[in-house]
Amino acid sequence: MSRHANDRSAIAALVRPTEVHRDIYIDEDVFQLEMKHLFANCWVFVGHDSQTPNKGDYFTTEIGTQPVIMVRHSDDEIYVLHNRCPHKGTKIAIDRAGNTGKFFRCPYHAWSFKTNGCLLAIPLRKGYKDTGLEESESVKGMAPVGAVKNYRGFVFARLAPEGVSFEDFFGSSLSSIDNMVDRSPAGRLEVAGPPLRYMHRCNWKMLVENQTDTCHPMVAHESSAGTAIKLWEEMEKPEGTKKPMAMEVIAPFMSSYEFFENMGIRTWPNGHGHTGVHHSIHSDYSAIPGYFEQMCEAYGEDRAREILGENRHNTVYFPNIMIKGPIQQLRLFKPISANKTLVESYIYRLVDAPDMLLQRTAMYNRLINAPTSMVGHDDLEMYERAQEGLHSDGLEWVNVQRLYQPGESFEQEAIENGTTERQMRNQFDAWTKYMTMTMDEAAR
Amino acid sequence: MSAPSKDDLIDFIYEEARMLDDGRFDEWLDLWTPHGIYWMPLEYDQQDENLVTSLLHEDFFMIKLRVERFKGERTFSQKPKTRCHHVIQRPFVDRLDVDAGEFVTHTAFHYVETRLDDQTLLAANARHDLVLVDGKLKIKRKRVDLLNSDAAFGNIQMFL
Repeated sequence: MSRHANDRSAIAALVRPTEVHRDIYIDEDVFQLEMKHLFANCWVFVGHDSQTPNKGDYFTTEIGTQPVIMVRHSDDEIYVLHNRCPHKGTKIAIDRAGNTGKFFRCPYHAWSFKTNGCLLAIPLRKGYKDTGLEESESVKGMAPVGAVKNYRGFVFARLAPEGVSFEDFFGSSLSSIDNMVDRSPAGRLEVAGPPLRYMHRCNWKMLVENQTDTCHPMVAHESSAGTAIKLWEEMEKPEGTKKPMAMEVIAPFMSSYEFFENMGIRTWPNGHGHTGVHHSIHSDYSAIPGYFEQMCEAYGEDRAREILGENRHNTVYFPNIMIKGPIQQLRLFKPISANKTLVESYIYRLVDAPDMLLQRTAMYNRLINAPTSMVGHDDLEMYERAQEGLHSDGLEWVNVQRLYQPGESFEQEAIENGTTERQMRNQFDAWTKYMTMTMDEAAR
Repeated sequence: MSAPSKDDLIDFIYEEARMLDDGRFDEWLDLWTPHGIYWMPLEYDQQDENLVTSLLHEDFFMIKLRVERFKGERTFSQKPKTRCHHVIQRPFVDRLDVDAGEFVTHTAFHYVETRLDDQTLLAANARHDLVLVDGKLKIKRKRVDLLNSDAAFGNIQMFL
C-alpha cells in the first residue's frame, strides 16, 4: 500500500503556507504522482527548434520521465511524439539527435511511421487481414503528445490532451523569453552545441528552488567566487588593468545581501517567477564592441536600450526550466527519480550578434554549470546533503517562510524584496494545483 | 636542459601525474607557463574551444584559483577532501622539435577520483604541448579528452 494514494486532499496536505512536507522531496510515490499528474498537466519545455533545423531532423528527450522525440515533419512543423513503437513498445530512436529522412522505422519489426507519427507500413501486412487491426490503438502510429506550442523557437508540450492553454499557463512570464530572443539583432536564437550534462543525486525541485534562492551565493560560493576576488586583488598588475571575462562572470556571486535584496523578485501565476527586477549579477558585464550599434540599427536606439536594460537574472518557468536572458542560457532539470535529477545546461547564439557574446555565454556555462565547475561543486554538495538530511526523523517539514505575508495570493503578479522565498511558495502553490487537477478525492 | 630527450619528455608526464596524485599542487603549478591553457572538451573531437561549451577551458589564473580553492576553509565540496589516482600508459612523443622548441606528447590514462564512499573511474587521453623556459620543460597547453565526455557526471573535482 503506497503511503500517498492518488488522493487530492492527501497531496494538498503536503503543502502549507510557510512549509512543505519532506515527502515532497524524498518519497518515491509522490514522485510517481508528479510524473503522472504534474508533468502531464503542465506545459513542459521540450527543446529549441534550432535543434531540428531541417525536415526529418529529430532529437530524443524526456517530458518528466516519458521518452519523447521532437521532430521536424515534411510540412516544416515540429511534432513531439512518444518515443515508443505502437507495436511492442520498442524505443524508435536511441541517438540523442539525427535525421531520420522521410520516416521512422522501428528497428525490431520494421513498422514504419511518417515523421508526424502516422503509421506508414507494416511488413507482411496481410497477416493482419481480418484480425481487426484497424480497431486497435497500434494502427494509429506513434502517439503524439497532447499539445505542442513553438514560442519564438522554444518548443513546449503538454502531455495531457485536455487542459490549460499555453497562453493561460505562461501569461506575462513570456516576457523573459521575449527579452532573451530580442537580444538578437535578427530576433532569433540558435542552439550552440550540445548541453552540459550533470547528474545530481537529489530531488529535481531543490534545483528549481535554488534558481531564485538569493541567500546562498555568498555563503556556498565563497570558496570559488570569494577566492577569485582575493587572488585577483593580490595579483601584481598595472594600474587600471581590465578584469578578465572570467572574473566579471564569477565575482558577482559574492555580492552582498543588500545587493540581492534590492534586485527584487517578480512572481507570476502558475509558479513562474524571476530574480533581478532592477539589476542583477549580469548587469555590469563589459560592453561587447559593435553590439549596441547593431541593436540600434535593428530596433532603433530607444527600443535597443529598453531590451538591453533588462538584466533579469534567473527566470523559472514552472515546473522545470530556468532561463538567463542576458547570458542566453537555458537549464533543464530532468527528473529521474525522487532522489536523482539530470541537469542539462544549453547555450544559444544570438543570430547576427558578435561572437564575443557567445564566447561569454560558453564561458559562463562551463564556469558555473559543468560537472567540472568549481561553482557547481558546492551547489551539488548542498543538494545532496539536503537529500540525505531530509531522511532525519527529527523534523518532517521544510521551511519556506522568508518574507511571508499572511494571506498571500499567487493569482496576481507581484514584485518583492529580492531575498524573499515567495517564488518558492509560488512554485508549491502551482505544484498543488497541477498535481491535484486531475485527481479524485479518496473514496471513503 | 638544452635539448630534452624523448626520455625527458616521458619522465615529465609521469612526474606531473604523481604530483597530482600526491596533492603537491604548488609544485604542479610551477610546471605551467604563465599563459598556459588547460582544456577538457565536451564533444568527441571538439575543435572549437570558444564558441561551444567545454567541460573546462581555463587559463593560469583559473587553474591557480582551483588550487587555492582546494585549500579553503569554506570549500564545502572538499570536506572531506577528494583524492585522485592516475595510471598512465607510456606516453607517445608525437613531436620533438628542438629547433622550434616544440614538444608534444600523447598519453592514454585511467583516472580515479574518490571521496567518502564514492569512487569514479574515467578513461582519458591527454595531449601536452610543452616548451622550454629557462632550460626547464613547461606546459603551454594541456588537452584532456575523456572517453565518455558526453556522459552525465556527478562532481569531478580534481585535475586530470
